[in-house]
Amino acid sequence: MLDQSYYDKTDAIIQLRGKEERFLIPIIQDIQEAYTYVPPELLDYVADKLNISEAKAYSVASFYENFSFEAKGKYVIRVCDGTACHVRKSMPILEALTENLGLSKRKHTTDDQLFTLETVSCLGACGLAPAVTVNGKVYPKMTPEKMLSLVEQLRKENE
Amino acid sequence: MRLENRTQLDMLREDCVRRRNAETRRILVCGGTGCLAGGSQQIFEKMKELTAAYCGNHDIQVEFGEEIAHTGVKKSGCHGFCEMGPLVRIEPFNYLYLKTNLEDCEEIFQTSVLAGKPVERLMYKQDDKVYQTEEEIPFYARQTRLVLKNCGHIDAEHIEEALAVGDYQSFEKALFEMPPEEVIRIISDSNLRGRGGAGFPTGRKWTQVAGQKEKTRYVVCNGDEGDPGAFMDRSVMEGDPHRMIEGMMIAAYAVQAKEGYIYVRAEYPLAVKRLEIAIEQAEHLGLLGDNILGTDFSFHLHINRGAGAFVCGEGSALTASIEGKRGMPRVKPPRTVEQGLFGKPTVLNNVETYANVPMIIKNGADWYKSIGLATSPGTKAFALTGNVNNTGLIEVPMGITLREIIYDIGGGIKDGKKFKAVQIGGPSGGCLTEDDLDCSMDFDSLKKIGAMIGSGGLVVMDDSTCMVEVARFFMNFTQRESCGKCVPCREGTKRMLEIMERIVHGEGQMSDLDELRELADMIENTALCGLGKGAPKPVISALNGFGDEFREHIEEKRCRTHVCQDLLTYKINPDKCKGCSKCARNCPADAITGELKHPYVIDAMKCLKCGACMEGCPFGAIYQE
Repeated sequence: MLDQSYYDKTDAIIQLRGKEERFLIPIIQDIQEAYTYVPPELLDYVADKLNISEAKAYSVASFYENFSFEAKGKYVIRVCDGTACHVRKSMPILEALTENLGLSKRKHTTDDQLFTLETVSCLGACGLAPAVTVNGKVYPKMTPEKMLSLVEQLRKENE
Repeated sequence: MRLENRTQLDMLREDCVRRRNAETRRILVCGGTGCLAGGSQQIFEKMKELTAAYCGNHDIQVEFGEEIAHTGVKKSGCHGFCEMGPLVRIEPFNYLYLKTNLEDCEEIFQTSVLAGKPVERLMYKQDDKVYQTEEEIPFYARQTRLVLKNCGHIDAEHIEEALAVGDYQSFEKALFEMPPEEVIRIISDSNLRGRGGAGFPTGRKWTQVAGQKEKTRYVVCNGDEGDPGAFMDRSVMEGDPHRMIEGMMIAAYAVQAKEGYIYVRAEYPLAVKRLEIAIEQAEHLGLLGDNILGTDFSFHLHINRGAGAFVCGEGSALTASIEGKRGMPRVKPPRTVEQGLFGKPTVLNNVETYANVPMIIKNGADWYKSIGLATSPGTKAFALTGNVNNTGLIEVPMGITLREIIYDIGGGIKDGKKFKAVQIGGPSGGCLTEDDLDCSMDFDSLKKIGAMIGSGGLVVMDDSTCMVEVARFFMNFTQRESCGKCVPCREGTKRMLEIMERIVHGEGQMSDLDELRELADMIENTALCGLGKGAPKPVISALNGFGDEFREHIEEKRCRTHVCQDLLTYKINPDKCKGCSKCARNCPADAITGELKHPYVIDAMKCLKCGACMEGCPFGAIYQE
């Protein structure tokens, strides 16, 4: 059961965006921005408020890749695997991270909730390929070595 | 201040021009996504600090000898030369500094801003020649920047700057001097074709919407630039958002729409922010809203952020997404011009198309047709990326050859390697090979050779790129992005991907190639939307251009570029091996044997191809084949 504050926040978001079906996506985006993920309870709550079925709200939320139903780590690392990054070798960066963080294709967040690893189709920073973002900040021309030392630095900051 | 009539707008514009001209020194720090990543924000802050220290208050007067000058520090949009960022431009000298650091600011300020002299060490160099100004650098000199004219030269977060360089002039002209039919006629005459991919005539689209019985209409901008390797639209939205908004306003006036939507992909937060600021400032001046400039024309503009679905770049999927639904394409007809957003007639164009509109209205259809080719007039912006020396955003007249783009503007292939192919048009496009280097870059010529301009991504690949693997990469992309609504795309791309994976893992058979072609044919002819229809193109064009590489992967189990890990064999060069046994100890599979002080050997049957031996060899004796 979520804390009441979550529902209050959601009410405020709905109030701001508007109580119509067409605002469903912006509302989910705002919730995700506030909590880094979309708690399923809140999705049901929003569906109820917008007067649409839970199934419909879920079908929309699950369709878009950006929405996550699981809590993310403190640092969300997104490795760009767009064409330009791919041909400038972004995969070795992803592989190095997957191994270093002990993650897999199914497991995206470390047990200590510090790191979440994702790929993204294209950040549009192709001139800087290969690019990686950490919580939205773009790191240009990465290599596996530079990436791992960045991870190490973030780990130290949180000790 | 709200502008109530045309005179007030003209007065404001004159005021903006005056203020801009009063700035006798302008420091423009690139604030595009690329340069920000390189630390341009700190450079911007530092420049403001330096200016303030010298002038007491930034953009107030500084004395340069006898001349009294005003210095403006601006955070501009993308200059396009992203490879060389962060970029700093000093006007009126037009010096362009590349790869600037925080430490360089002081010198730039002292030497260029105060003394008007160049700092040569930070300038572009090629073949021992120093290029002082942006206009001289070959990367820019060979371009025709019309749509991107202001990108990098104005502060994108202040509407005054946009007004000073002429934004909203064409809208004003259309609103007060032309009936809507006249606007549509000019756009039709200009033969402007949609920059989003297929090149559909924009004027025809507008004519069809204007002719609908239903009077509630919408104008929608497709800013869901999802093609990996493309970022033209991002740069326009970040660098000159008002130009695109003006294009939408002209479209709205032409078809008498009252509401407009801009759909921007979620991966472009800076573009969203700049557009929000631009809309707010235009609303504040009364350029957007009710009764614009005292006329009967009202127009409201909204921004919708995407949520990570490539298919939303397709028209009917995009409008579904704005309506709050799953972004899935629907069967057409009815087409978007008849029943688009909320079931109403809708003009849907992409960012670059709208950005072309104001200059056509301003200069006329004949002027526009004089640029590029008769069948594809105007310019096209391309994102030039991959293994090329100068990556970045370029704008060239339609009809230019690929060779000119790669060698004259792009400066050739990186690290002196050999050109192999260019991927054009993203996941729905194809590969152009060496034979196509002299092909004209326009909608029709490219279509003839089985490629397409698409949104304009050009990813250059050198001879270290495995074309089979790249084809697999695109298949994987479209497969993942397939929305699942129609069977040919959902199942067909899955099967094609499985075959491609088999081939890169060395488990392919020659019959797979026929099967790929058969599946491709089926998908192209029966899929519902552009994403599906285009999905097999990268595979088929790679197969046509690089059939030998496919055959090598299948028959010889060999990848000539050493990209496909499973096809590699590790070998020890007996001349270099000193027999230290380190590799044998590192090998997790006990695949390496030998006698101390004599060359070791790898048993290919036991080898896991992990690479541990090669990494650890102190003599560089182990190689891949």
